[in-house]
Formats: sequence, structure tokens, C-alpha cells
Amino acid sequence: MNSDMRPGSSRMRLRGLIRKEFLQIVRDPSSIAIAFLMPIFLLLLFGYGVSLDSEHIPLALVVEQPNADTADFTAEFDQSKYFVTSYYASTREAEQAMMAGRVNAIVVLRRDFARTLRRSDGATIQLIVNGVDANTGRIISGYVQGAWGSWLAHAAQKRGEVLQVPVQMQQRVWFNSELRSRNFLVPGLVAVIMTLIGALLTAMVMSREWERGTMEALLVTPLSMREVIIGKLLPYFILGMGGLVLAVGMSLFLFEVPLRGSLWVLFAASALFLVTALSMGLLISTVARSQFVAGLIALIATFLPAFLLSGFIFDIGSMPTVVQVITHIVAARYYVAILQTVFLAGNVWGVILPNALALAVLAAVFLGLTWRNAHKRLE
Amino acid sequence: MNAVNQVTAPPAPASRDNGVALVVSQLSKSFLIGKRRIQALHDVSFSVRYGVVTGLVGPDAAGKTTLMRLAAGLLVPDSGAISVLGMDAATESLAVQGTIGYMPQRFGLYEDLTVQENLDLYADLQGVPEAARAERYRELMHMAGLKPFARRLAGQLSGGMKQKLGLACALVRQPALLLLDEPTVGVDPLSRRELWDIVYRLVREQGTSVLLTTAYLDEAERCDDVVLLHEGRLLDRGAPAVLRETMRGHTYRVTVAGMDKRVLQNRIAQAPGVMDALIQGDHVRVVMESDAPVDFAALCPAAVGIEAAAVAPRFEDSFVALIKAKTRGDEVSSAQMTTTTSPPLGRATAEGSPQSGGVPAGVPLAAVVRERVDTNQVQQRPNVPPLPNPLPAGERGQDQSARPVIEVHNLQRRFGSFYAVNNISFTVSRGEVFGLLGANGAGKSTTFRMLCGLLPPSGGTLRIAGADLRHAAAAARARIGYMSQKFSLYENLSVAENLRFFSSAYDLSGARRRQRMDWALQEFELASMAELTSGDLSLGYKQRLALACALMHEPEILFLDEPTSGVDPLARREFWSRINALAGQGVTVMVTTHFMEEAEYCDRLAIMAAGEILTMGTPGSIKAQARTAAQPEPTMEDAFVGLILAHEQQGVAA
Amino acid sequence: MFGRIFALVLKEFLTLLKDKRTRLVLIGPPLIQLMVFGYAATFDLKNVPFAVYNEDRGSAARELFADFDGATSFTPVAEITHESEIAPLVDGKQVLMVIHAGPNFSAELAAGRPAPLQVIVDGRNSNTAMLAINDASVIVDRFNTAWAQSHGGAAPPAHIEMRAWFNPNLESRWFFLPGIVGILTLLLTMLVTALSVAREREQGTFDQLLVTPLRPVEILIGKTLPGFLIGMAEASVIMLAAVFWFKVPLLGSLLTLYTGIALFLLSGVGVGLMISSFATTQQQGLLGAFIFMVPAIILSGFATPIRNMPELVQDITLFNPMRYFLLVLRGVFLEGVPFNLLIPQFWPMALIGVTAFGIAGWLFRHRMY
Repeated sequence: MNSDMRPGSSRMRLRGLIRKEFLQIVRDPSSIAIAFLMPIFLLLLFGYGVSLDSEHIPLALVVEQPNADTADFTAEFDQSKYFVTSYYASTREAEQAMMAGRVNAIVVLRRDFARTLRRSDGATIQLIVNGVDANTGRIISGYVQGAWGSWLAHAAQKRGEVLQVPVQMQQRVWFNSELRSRNFLVPGLVAVIMTLIGALLTAMVMSREWERGTMEALLVTPLSMREVIIGKLLPYFILGMGGLVLAVGMSLFLFEVPLRGSLWVLFAASALFLVTALSMGLLISTVARSQFVAGLIALIATFLPAFLLSGFIFDIGSMPTVVQVITHIVAARYYVAILQTVFLAGNVWGVILPNALALAVLAAVFLGLTWRNAHKRLE
Repeated sequence: MNAVNQVTAPPAPASRDNGVALVVSQLSKSFLIGKRRIQALHDVSFSVRYGVVTGLVGPDAAGKTTLMRLAAGLLVPDSGAISVLGMDAATESLAVQGTIGYMPQRFGLYEDLTVQENLDLYADLQGVPEAARAERYRELMHMAGLKPFARRLAGQLSGGMKQKLGLACALVRQPALLLLDEPTVGVDPLSRRELWDIVYRLVREQGTSVLLTTAYLDEAERCDDVVLLHEGRLLDRGAPAVLRETMRGHTYRVTVAGMDKRVLQNRIAQAPGVMDALIQGDHVRVVMESDAPVDFAALCPAAVGIEAAAVAPRFEDSFVALIKAKTRGDEVSSAQMTTTTSPPLGRATAEGSPQSGGVPAGVPLAAVVRERVDTNQVQQRPNVPPLPNPLPAGERGQDQSARPVIEVHNLQRRFGSFYAVNNISFTVSRGEVFGLLGANGAGKSTTFRMLCGLLPPSGGTLRIAGADLRHAAAAARARIGYMSQKFSLYENLSVAENLRFFSSAYDLSGARRRQRMDWALQEFELASMAELTSGDLSLGYKQRLALACALMHEPEILFLDEPTSGVDPLARREFWSRINALAGQGVTVMVTTHFMEEAEYCDRLAIMAAGEILTMGTPGSIKAQARTAAQPEPTMEDAFVGLILAHEQQGVAA
Repeated sequence: MFGRIFALVLKEFLTLLKDKRTRLVLIGPPLIQLMVFGYAATFDLKNVPFAVYNEDRGSAARELFADFDGATSFTPVAEITHESEIAPLVDGKQVLMVIHAGPNFSAELAAGRPAPLQVIVDGRNSNTAMLAINDASVIVDRFNTAWAQSHGGAAPPAHIEMRAWFNPNLESRWFFLPGIVGILTLLLTMLVTALSVAREREQGTFDQLLVTPLRPVEILIGKTLPGFLIGMAEASVIMLAAVFWFKVPLLGSLLTLYTGIALFLLSGVGVGLMISSFATTQQQGLLGAFIFMVPAIILSGFATPIRNMPELVQDITLFNPMRYFLLVLRGVFLEGVPFNLLIPQFWPMALIGVTAFGIAGWLFRHRMY
């Protein structure tokens, strides 16, 4: 098309469009609420609310015949920060408590505990866990093993011996030595929240113009489709970056997630992700043309995939191959990888570059599809 | 008023020399709606002269808007071409869009932007140089009278203001060709008048060419040229005055002393050779099929003392004549009606009840003739129960001694500190057609919403059939029917499903519901499209369906909020003949409208402004109030505009 | 009255299901999401990539590494010979774990001295790291027991005998799938209800409803039943898939289960309608649905236990119907909890539902424009 025929400059048209969009944002506080209040609200709620660190697990202890030996053993549990202990007189009572959900696990020391302790085959410590929450179940079993191990070590020490274990596993956890789950959950939440915000901000802006009839008026001006898309993207990008700065600031200063990489890498990657998220919203909005359908699609396509398929909580490597393939179209997946690395490990280019490239490709695909679907015709 | 200066000179395209601004050649365009292909335009060719106003008129679904969008480069034709100022609209659309001005149907304004911001946006998009803006804005604001409102949000403007702002936005860079798609829909007469002043000044002072579509035939009459479209085909074109003259000698004004105007109209409409009969205040305007002299006494023997006088023809007469001739031709050629969004309009539904010729006034008008297509071809319709008649003969519209059905006393509605409705009082009797007129934002819709129980009043009392609908038992609501401005239907349900739902919502069931549904499908000629999705219907059919839905339970009182907005003149006529018939049966009708000729159908009117009633009375008495030396024969529009202007001046003085 | 309600319900179904796109959105995604999320949501590690850093030539180290190779949790992807190679592998996420046996590993072991085995774990996802450490220590423990037995070492004076109730193999999928049933049911009821009143308001048909003899209660019932029935149907389908495809055991009674589903749908639809009645535009309705749904899912105990939350957040979850529904689902599916023990979960859902319905019905007539 011979754009040289058009009066005015592209800069002027873009300026007009962007100013319009900003004015609309200012007039309708819901956009500002989405960009600024939502990250604060959600991050506060989830940052404090979501934790995988299992502490204060209610544990039932059943000591059928208390004596010095059992007291030594149960002391390990009473002192542990992982457990909140309660004593039951019989296994039956403890089992009832577990049925009613009051305790998650039961440790039973039989009547013959002290006696069998000194025999060669040793005493049996019975551990019953509620397997419904398999993860917690496993964590409990690990903690009980640990308590048991330190009890053995204390016992050996008392006898003036050193406990002999053939292979001693010495674990070193890099990047997050205390295994604080908040350190990885908060960056993940930032990704989920930004996915939501990006899609919510743009999911309806195109369909709204169609429904209100203003799109028709825009289309008869000398605007090109490229200008329309940029004019929609840029204002919400700036708005979204504002929300992002808030979210990152809260992560660093409120939740005290360490930042080992550099701030500018973090923001460059975030900017790239935001463009991808906004483009997805724009694509939904362009394809749907009605706010109702756009709303439904946004509801389905954003939150749950970002929550479940991004590697934020569930390890992608452990998913079946087909599902792993599907996760590749979830933008949050790449962003979660970058965020966790930049926050906890540092500027590891081997992680950052491929993921950033993937984000760029996704953004290009979304924008390309938007472009194709949003031609300057009414059909 | 200031002369509008040439800020940016309109480009002088090559085609200017031959005096043609727009050339449409063998243009065809079809759409796929659902699984059906709709031919919107069929081999249309015409051209638009430079420097004049050309009107594109035609009934619903004639293809007017499609043609506008094709000209603006928003659609690509199936075949044929549109050349705008020498450029092809399809291939050089960006260039075309850089030279034309276009106002879409809903004005294309951002309601959450102020007047000034809307102008700024379009100035940026249209590439108006910064240096030229201040001067241009000043002219536009002045021209549109928007100066005091520059900082007001567009959404808070009245409909007329919005429309003027939309026009200003389309004019922000002086266009060589201005396209206006239905610029006056839903806008009150005063604002319409002002818009036309602006358009004509543009043409006169700057030589702009204007192409517009309109549903108002009096507006078409003001155009220099009209292009008549019907079902996607070009029907005729030419100057309105020339087209109008073909009807000279066909038109009469008929009165019968002491006879109800609705009865008279019905009688005459059924008489042979009558093409059109319209109520105008206290008389009936008759258009005959031929220009032969007519003996009305013979034509209508039931009307004793009939008086007729020849009157001048209007453009509307030739429009109706052309469309009817066209559909009659169609009907002869194809006996089977096809399912399109706009079936032939002239299909006779007259169920010439044999006794109707001789019955005295006051008999229920079960059989209403909307249009006579062919007097020899009166179709007999089986299985159609006549409209029920809840009232004994004699207790009719003109008998207003009965207790009022609608009583409104000192009604008020406040939104914040703003009074949308302020202290209005009126009563409506059984069988009366009561009209509420007013500029946009005068409080008509708010009044309606309160009457229907949708909005609680802030003060005053109202009784509908003896009850306040907001607090009355649900059953009381069964006595009213309500048709809202937007023809609110479930757009993704079919016609039959909509009817079934609303009849069930009004507690009809079993045989009764079937009977009413049959009645609705027959009476409103919806049978052939019962299974169509109602969202795909044309506006005229949506309106019929909406009215059918509101009538399923045979309400005693009918509330119609701008029931004819955006609907073409023929569909409006049909609509009103139904309303007249209902009023004849004793149904009380309350209606708001922007069409002044529709105000003439009402028994009584109230004209509202700024939440107050300015005047109330019969159409005749209201017109009489406006009679001055300068205006010995004021029209309803003159009376309306005069009242509103007087009120505004009073406001300024106070 | 029943005629009117029936007509309303029929109309709601038709408006929802006649539109092809809406139909697609309602039926396709929940089933696809069940499949994808069903497989995605698990804490059972599979094929965790690790690097072998074995400086020892002895057979003991080889045996131990063979144990790691054989475990389903771990997959060896690299073998390194120098310490400097560790950082690039871990940093670049090529491996999650590096297992290091020093040069004297076998010798120390043979001499009866403790032989250290270093395990370096990427802690960026602390949960995965912890799970990997757990799995690794299980393998080492098993190796130790076998070693002690074959080399005549002293057995510890006591040993732990563990039993896991309800889920003997501690498969975390069993824990998450009932949760996904709950999440998808919530999503669906939101889809059906959250925009329904707002859309009618925007299109003007809601006024048309209000002028008919329909009472607010009737409109409420008419708007509720479709969401309720569709939710019921889809929840049933999703549960069938969970039981027959994912083989999650269903121990409890169907009556108890369906009581829970019904009450949850009631509260979900109620909240959806309340949001919808508050909203004047569809955009507000959508925003409302998100603002309710996101916390409802994250703070339901679906993935992270409510017990770990601060007191204040725990109190907030009391208003979350998902919280109760998840307890019902997991209880009935995996534990076979009888009806009477779940009453404490039932009544809060009913209360939330009734309150939301009350507010929605009131708003029908009193919402100003």
C-alpha cells in the first residue's frame, strides 16, 4: 500500500492512539486496579499464604509403657520444630484422631520397646502416616527418620561410642541452602500473577472496541494495522511494567528473596515476558470479537496453565512426555525458569538465553497471529 | 455564523473535472450468516456528484451500510468496484481513508474521553498539522456548538451532542468526501435540524461532497440527489423533487367529522385503489395508486360526510410507491417467498373479514390492513384467531370517562443531585395512545423505567392499573407489556424460542400457548423464519418479534420505548397500524418517539425537557399553540422545536 | 410458577448451548485440562537428571551408583571427572543433582569407617530439591542396610516400620486428582454464571425479565439450575475419568460424594451469580470471577497445605468453599470418610451458598444503573 499518500506521520498517529489509550486507562480505574492493586493483593495473600515448608505437623505419639528409653525417644519429637506432638493412650484413639484429621501421623512405641531395644534384632518403631497427602506423608517419613537418626546418635554418644553408618550422605543444597520454599514460590507467583495481569489488561480491549463500534471509526482513519497493534500494546506494557516493578520490589524487600543475578537482566526478561503475555491477551481479544467469548477464553487459558504447567509448583521434568510438550506453549514456563535462576542462582546465560529466546518466539507467534486476524477490514 | 475557513484545502482529484466524487460500478457483495449466504448488494451502479448532498435511502437490509463500508474501504467487493475521488476503495484503501471523512452508525466516539480529547485523537490519526489545529478546533466547536462542553466526557453528552461531536471528528481534517451512515438515528428533531444546517453549510461554503444514509424520508427530501436501494438492488435515483412529482395528483387529505381517525384510516386503507393511508393529527392522508380523480364517498361508503382535498405530494409517497411496485413485481414473478433477512415487504396479510365493509364504528379491528398490495388479491388466512377484544364495543379510545389506567402524580427521580425526572404528573385513560416526546436526555426513558417498576421513584406516586408495579404482586406485572429501546431479545435463540420463552414467562402453557404462538407467527409474518436465529434478523423483523413477545400475554397496557428507532419507514407504518388496532381494542399504549409523524398517531402527547413536562394535549392543540403569523400551518416538528427552544432560552434567562 | 421456571431454565440452556463457541468452551477445555493437569500435577519425581562424579575405582561405589541408575526417580545424564565441571552443569540446569564419591570411598567403607557421599542439589526449586534428597537418602539407606547385612555390621537397636494409610505407595497423583476435580468444577460454574446476569444487563434483556411476572426467586432458580446441572454432569464425567483412567480409588459412598458436589455447586453458582449481579459490564464480571477464583484455588489447600499458612490467611480460607470441597473430595475418594464425619464441611458450603444467593437476588432488583 502506498502509505506515502497518507497525511500526517506515523509518529503522530501513534501518539494520538497511545494518548487515547492512556486517557481511557485513567478514566476506568479497573485497569489501574488490575495493574497495581492486584499484584500487591495477590502477592501478599500468596506470599504469606503459600508455603511448602512442612512445619508444625500434628503428630500423635502412642507410648504404651512410658519409661526412660521412650522418654529419650519422644524428646526428639517434642523438640523438633517440624512436629506438634500430642500423646494418646492407645493406638485406637490415635487412629480415630487421624481419621478425624486432627493428626497427620502416628508414632507407636510398643509395650516391649525398652525390652526389645536391647535384643539383637532391635525394637520396632511403628509409624503410620496419612497417605492422602502423599507429599506431606513423605516429608513426615523423612523427618521421622531424621529424628530417629539423631536419637541413635545421642544414644551412641551416651555410651561413649560413635555411631557407625557405612555410607554417610552429605547433602549440599546450592542456591537455597535452607530449602526455604518461599524463595522459589515467590518468583513463581510473580510469573503467575503477571500472566493474569497481562491477559486481563488486553483480553478485552480489542473486543470492546468492536462491540462499542469505535473500531469501525478507527479503521477508516489512515491508521495501519501495525500502528493499531503497537498503540494497544505500548500503554498496557507501561502499565504492566509498573505492576511488575511493584511485584519484584515486594519479592526483594518484603519476602526477602535474595537476588543473585543483576537487576537489569531481571527487568529485560520481565519486559519480554510481559510483551508475550500482552500479545496473548491481544490475540484472544482479536479472535473473539465479543467480550463474552474473550472473557471465557481468558479465564480458561491463563491462570490454570500458568499455575500448573509452568514448573512453578510441579516439576516439569517429572511430567509425561506429551504434557511436557504442551508446557512449551505456556509462556510462564520460560519466565519461571528465568526468574528462579536470576533470583537464586545469578546471571546464568545458559538458562536465561534459551528461555528468553523461547519467549521472544512465542511473542512473535502471538503478534503474528494477531496481525493476521486483525486486518483492516470488517469481515 | 462564521464562515468556516479553508484550513486544509481538499485535494483536487482528477475526477473533479468531470464532477463525480464517487463511482459505483456493477458492485456486488454477499455475506455468510450462519450457513446462509446473504446477497447484500447486487450489481449496483451509480455515481455521486461532486459538491452536493446525496442520500442513500431504502428499507431495512437494502444494503445501505454495506455500500458505505465498501466506499470507506472497510469491505472488499465480491465483484465490481467503487472509485472514490479517482482511487479504488478496495486496493488503495489507505489512500482513500486519508481523504474521506466517515461517521459510522454509532458515531465512533470514545465515551470515556472528553470532547477535546476525542477531537485531539482524530486530529492525530488524520494527520492534521499542529499549527492548523487551534484554528480548526475553534471553527468546529463553534459550528457544532460544543464550545461550552470541551471538557465534558463524550458519554455524558446528549444524543444530539454526541452526533455533532461525531461529525466534528469526521471533519477534523477537511475531507473532500464525507460519508455519514445513519447520522440521525435516535436523535431528537432539534438536533437533527442543527446537523442538517452544518452539513449544508459545508457543502455550500467548502464544496464538500456528502453521501449519507437515512431512514427519515423528510431528510431524504432535503438531499440534492437520492439513490434508492431495495434488497441490494438499485431501484431508482434522481433529485427528490423529480421523483416526488411523479406522484402529483395521487395525494389527498381526508376528514370525516365525528369519526375516529383510526377507524377512518382503516376503512380507507382497505378501499380499492388506495396505496397508502396515514393518520396525520385529526385527518388521514391518502395516496392513490393512480392519478385519476377519486370519489371518496363511493370509495368508502361507511364514512358519512367524508371530505377530501388534494394535497401536494411528498418524496415519501414516491418511495412507498416504488417499493410497493417493486415487491408486487417480485411477488408475481415468484409465488414462493424465500427466506432472506428481508422478505418482500408487500405481502398482503389482509384477512378481509367479509363483514368489515358494513359494520359501524367501534367494532374491534381484528383485521388490520397494513398495506394494500393488490385489491383483487386478498389472501384468506386460515386458523388465525382475531385479536381478542377485552372491551365491549363503544368503550373506545375517545371515551375517556373511565378511570385512568395510568396515574402519575408529582413523580421525581434523582441521580445524585441531578433530577432526571422532576415533578411530572399525567394520567392516561383506557384505550388511549399517549406519546412522550422530548430531546435526548429529557427523562423519557427514566419515566418509563419507573412506570414499569424497574427503577424506584425518588418522590411522588404512580399507579398502573391501580397498582405500583415495584411493590405489587408479580401477577400485576402480567397486565403490562414492555418493549425497550434496544428490542431486547435473546439474540442467539430462534424466533420461536423467544416467543415460547416469553409466553411461558407470562404463565401461558399448553393449548393456550400454542394458540398464541400461532397467532404471533401469523400476525407478524414470522412463520417462515420461526427457526431462524433472532440475532440474524433485520432490524425491522427484530422489532416485530420484540412487539410480538410483549403481546403474547395480551397485556392491558403497553409500554413502548422508542419502538421505531432505526427502523425503515415501511416497517414503521406496519408497526403503527398494529398499535392502532390494539388501541382500538382498548389496550392502553404509552410510547416515546423521535419521529414527529408518529406523534401525530397519538391521542395525546406530553413534551418533556430536562425532566419536566412542557406541555400536554392532543397533537392538534399542541400544533395550534405554535401557530404564529409567520407559521400559519406549523408542523409537529415546528411545534416541538419551538417549545424546546423557548424552554432553553428560559433556562438561560433564569 | 413451575412453568415459568422451566421456561427460564430451558432458555438459559439454549442461550448457553446454541452458540458453537460457547459450547466448545464449556465442554472441551475441562476435559483437556483434566488430562493435562491430571498428569502434570504430581510431586513424584521421575527421571531427575543427575551427574556422576566418581573418583573411586572400587566396586562399592559402582554398586551404589548402579542403585541410583536403577531408580525411576533418577537418570544419569553426565559423568564428570573434575570438580570444576559441577558448577556449569548445575547452573545451566542440565542436572538437578551431582553425586560425588571421593577417591577413598571404597577403601573407607571396606575399613569399616564411614564413607562420605556428597550430594549437591540445585535448590532453586526447594520442593523438588527436598524431594530429590529424600529419594536419594532412601537409596543410600537401602544400600547401608544391605551392606551392613552382608558385611556383618551391627544392626541399629531400633528400626522404623512405616505404613501409609489410604495411599500405601504415597502416590501424589491420588492427592491432586480430586483437587483437580474441584478446580475444574469451580472453573466451569464460574464460566456459566459469572457473566450470565451481566450479559443480560448489557443486552437489555434483564429488564425484559424483570417486567414479566417472574419473581427474583424464580429468576434466581432459573439462573442457578443450568450452572448446577452442567456442573453436575461435568463433575461426574471428570470423576469417572479420575476413577477409570487415572485409577484413583473411590472408597466412600456416592451419596456422600454427591451431597458434597451439590453443596459446592450451590456455593459456587451462588458466588458466581453474586459477582454477576454486582457487575454492570461483562468486563467487571470477568474481573470479579478472576478475583474470586485465583485465591479460591491457591488458598484451598490444593497444592500447599492450609496448615502452613499464617493464622490470618487461615481465617480467610474459612470463607472459601473450595477448602471444604477439597476435604470432602479427598475424604470420600481416598479415605472413605462416612457422611456424618463430613457434616462440618457440608454446612459451611451451604451457608456460603445461601448467603450469596440472598445477596444476588436482592441485587437483581436493587442494583442501580
